[in-house]
Amino acid sequence: MQLAHYLGLLLQAEHSLSDAFQEVGRAHAAEADVYFICQKLVRQCDEHAESLRPFVQRYSEQAPDEPERLHSELFQGSRSGGLGLLRDLQDLYLMTAECDICWVMMGQAAQGARDSELYEVATRCGVETSTQAAWLRTRMKQAAPQALVVS
Amino acid sequence: MCAASRHLSDRIADVWGERTPYGPGDPWPVRVDAFLDDSIGEEEVDAWFRSASILHSNGDAMDIGVKDGRIVGVRGRAVDRINHGRLDPKDLYGWQAVNSPDRLTRPLVREGSELVETDWDTAMDRIVSRSQDLLGEGPGGWGHFGFYTTGQLFLEEYYTLGVIGKAGIGTPHMDGNTRLCTATAAASLKASFGTDGQPGSYIDIDHCDALALFGHNVAETQTVLWMRMLDRRRGPEPPKMVVVDPRRTPVADEADVHLAVRPGTNQALMNGLLRELIVNGWYDADYVRDHTLGFDELRSVVEAYPPELVADICDVSVEDIQEAARILGTAQRLVSTVLQGFYQSNQATVAACMVNNLHLIRGMIGRPGAGIYQMNGQPTAQNTRETGADGDLPGLRNWENPDHIEELARLWNVDRQKIPHWAAPTHAMQIFRYAEQGSIKLLWVSATNPAVSLPELSRIRDILAKEGLFLVVQDLFLTETARLADVVLPAATWGEKLGTFTCVDRTVHISDKAVEPPGEARSDLDIFLDYARRMDFRNKDGAPLITWDDPESAFEAWKECTRGRPCDYTGITYERLRGGSGIQWPCNDRHPDGLERLYSDGVFNTDPDYCETFGHDMVTGAVHTEADYRAKAPAGRAFLHSAEYQPSPEVPNERYPFTLTTGRTVYQFHTRTKTGRAPQLQDAAPEVWAELHPLDAQALGVAEGDVLRITSPRGALKARARVCGTRQGTVFVPFHYGYWDKGEAAAPQEPERAANELTLTDWDPVSKQPLFKVAAVRVAKAANANGTYAPAPVIGASAPPDGSARTRGGPTAVASSRVEE
Repeated sequence: MQLAHYLGLLLQAEHSLSDAFQEVGRAHAAEADVYFICQKLVRQCDEHAESLRPFVQRYSEQAPDEPERLHSELFQGSRSGGLGLLRDLQDLYLMTAECDICWVMMGQAAQGARDSELYEVATRCGVETSTQAAWLRTRMKQAAPQALVVS
Repeated sequence: MCAASRHLSDRIADVWGERTPYGPGDPWPVRVDAFLDDSIGEEEVDAWFRSASILHSNGDAMDIGVKDGRIVGVRGRAVDRINHGRLDPKDLYGWQAVNSPDRLTRPLVREGSELVETDWDTAMDRIVSRSQDLLGEGPGGWGHFGFYTTGQLFLEEYYTLGVIGKAGIGTPHMDGNTRLCTATAAASLKASFGTDGQPGSYIDIDHCDALALFGHNVAETQTVLWMRMLDRRRGPEPPKMVVVDPRRTPVADEADVHLAVRPGTNQALMNGLLRELIVNGWYDADYVRDHTLGFDELRSVVEAYPPELVADICDVSVEDIQEAARILGTAQRLVSTVLQGFYQSNQATVAACMVNNLHLIRGMIGRPGAGIYQMNGQPTAQNTRETGADGDLPGLRNWENPDHIEELARLWNVDRQKIPHWAAPTHAMQIFRYAEQGSIKLLWVSATNPAVSLPELSRIRDILAKEGLFLVVQDLFLTETARLADVVLPAATWGEKLGTFTCVDRTVHISDKAVEPPGEARSDLDIFLDYARRMDFRNKDGAPLITWDDPESAFEAWKECTRGRPCDYTGITYERLRGGSGIQWPCNDRHPDGLERLYSDGVFNTDPDYCETFGHDMVTGAVHTEADYRAKAPAGRAFLHSAEYQPSPEVPNERYPFTLTTGRTVYQFHTRTKTGRAPQLQDAAPEVWAELHPLDAQALGVAEGDVLRITSPRGALKARARVCGTRQGTVFVPFHYGYWDKGEAAAPQEPERAANELTLTDWDPVSKQPLFKVAAVRVAKAANANGTYAPAPVIGASAPPDGSARTRGGPTAVASSRVEE
């Protein structure tokens, strides 16, 4: 059973995403909505990671060690300015996509393992992760013409 | 046969006037209020001109009295459906500002550090030449323009501005100060019912058996609506009343249940109230099944909010929550109203939607006495929203619907690509952010004063004064904002120009030109038309884009824009508006006299091809896609939105232990541009104050009248303390007081007066309305009162418990009131 492998992957992805929301929010604090919504999403990612803990325990026989908090390869570090905001949000978007697909896999695995608790967590967190991506998409669509054509 | 009794009273001291009690279903008695220059009797007036109020959002109809070419007073219109003759003190006395000697009478242009008088050609040439340079800067020229307008112009002016912005320049960067007052009303109506537009009418007050006011100090913000409520409360079978407000307002004093919630916790309270309704079975299961979507999710979210938890979060008693829920749950005809206590607070849009939910699950919509008023803060805000002079498209169209864009492109005869629709129109706070970053290089501000009214003023002043930002300000007076401008355009105002506007309950009024504007001042419509001509905006065929040249032709063009839309004006004409009462939209072939209530058949405007939005995530504001929306198959059903409570972005902490809320007094409007120039109003509330709870005052060693220094992470102000009925831990400061009457500067070296020195830059994720009600502040005593009272009115929420001081207007404030019996 390789479920623990994906649990580890997802846990690490949520940690990385949380760190990146934190960093991007702070770097772009002058964009008040970005700052405050990133703060909310930091808490949401941490809560997602926390929700996974019981399952890491449950499937611990196969679980890897506590994953390192690696800086994601998808996140290049924060930039500044209108174009920088767009690029940072794009990094976050790709990171949410990674989490999103992990949650889908987690849901599939939970069904195979007949683990209804994990399935419930995967469904709820998966929906929230899709919404994170939808917010990033909304905010980027708003910002793009001004950043790419006007500035 | 009508008998009439006439009373004289000081309406500064007697704000709401004489009671005319009435029972459920009875007509609200007529009471005609009037105030004229003291030397003039009603019979001496040369002529009366039709109008309505532009000093608050209620839409009270009045006639303007003119003698020798000068406005000499006002008289309420007995036949009008809105006010039955009554007037607010701001209307009785506020007209005097029109005659104020410091009106702008000539355009001004900046020469170095000075604004100097000039002629219209010079002023307009500067704007046009800057505009053309910016448009010539490449394909993104449109993005250098920002327009920030108001909720106080006329419909015809907004529509013209909207067309200039969207089809002339092609910029999405246009919004109104309506963003600060009414954006959440619009957002919640769209989210729940598919489009903007109040479901009910003020007449529902006449029929209701319960009234619920959510963050709405109606006694001070819409006094005539409050008179109507009070008259029901004093009559037979009075409606029960529930009030949610952290302050002990006159409305809270009158209520059967007052929930003085901790600021920022509205959503927790609403979840708790809805849970009580559902748990007790106080909902209409058939209506929910047939006419709504989302009930199961709503139920599962609110389940987690038992009264004990809500009492803890909101700091109110379990018993009061249960009693409020019982009133809301057992009423047969419930009227709910919502205003800034919800709109300018944490989780604004979803909390306002919860009030819609309350009515939807109880089936309390579209019949007499069952009404919701998602109130407006400003007189013509409804038109800013309808015409697309704010972050919406004209005719309540959906920017995500290609057919709606095509309709506008056909109507204006422009290429559809010209009309910006790649994202929601840019909201005010984002417009200022682009100006701060330098990508917006021309900002045109009409009839509003952001240097006092936007949050975090030190930042806003820096933006307005920024090198490289060409600031145009169009106003009546040299406001704090105008002082920072590159070009100032003197505008005509109410009484000096013709046009129409629409109040909260969809009633359209005409406002006639009664007198000539002073000097060279011009109507806002003429200014916009002149700009369009000079810019030579053309349609696809090379003909002028703007096809109208005066108010009535603008109105006729607007009617075409509304044809088939919810706000259908096609059955309204100027002539009909001069007939008697104002007329409600929709007014068309199907509803030739207007429609009193929307959604009587339980069919809402949620059809994907008709709706104004495909919706948002309530927590982040992420827009839902058309595919998501269609998958829900709304089929005319309304949406029940739900969300968990989340704490405010800024909560009190060790360093800043108090919560600041800001708001209004009955005597002033906005930044006092007009009311501050009407002596009776100005004298009643001449200077800023800060309201403290007695226990907080005691802990700080503060007594009535002591000077406080209030500090937030953004700034500081000084104000005298009024020890009164605000909730413990909460400080209230009115936002009316800026610096125009403090000297020449836009702000003194050390700003010390404006509430918005303290407020934070953040906004609701859906409505984008700034959060004025939840800043964390520190309070310290700066000086002793030395026998001076706080300059706060003793009428309204700032009333001290001991009634020690007096607010009265004296002999110059004697107004008349005639009650028909």
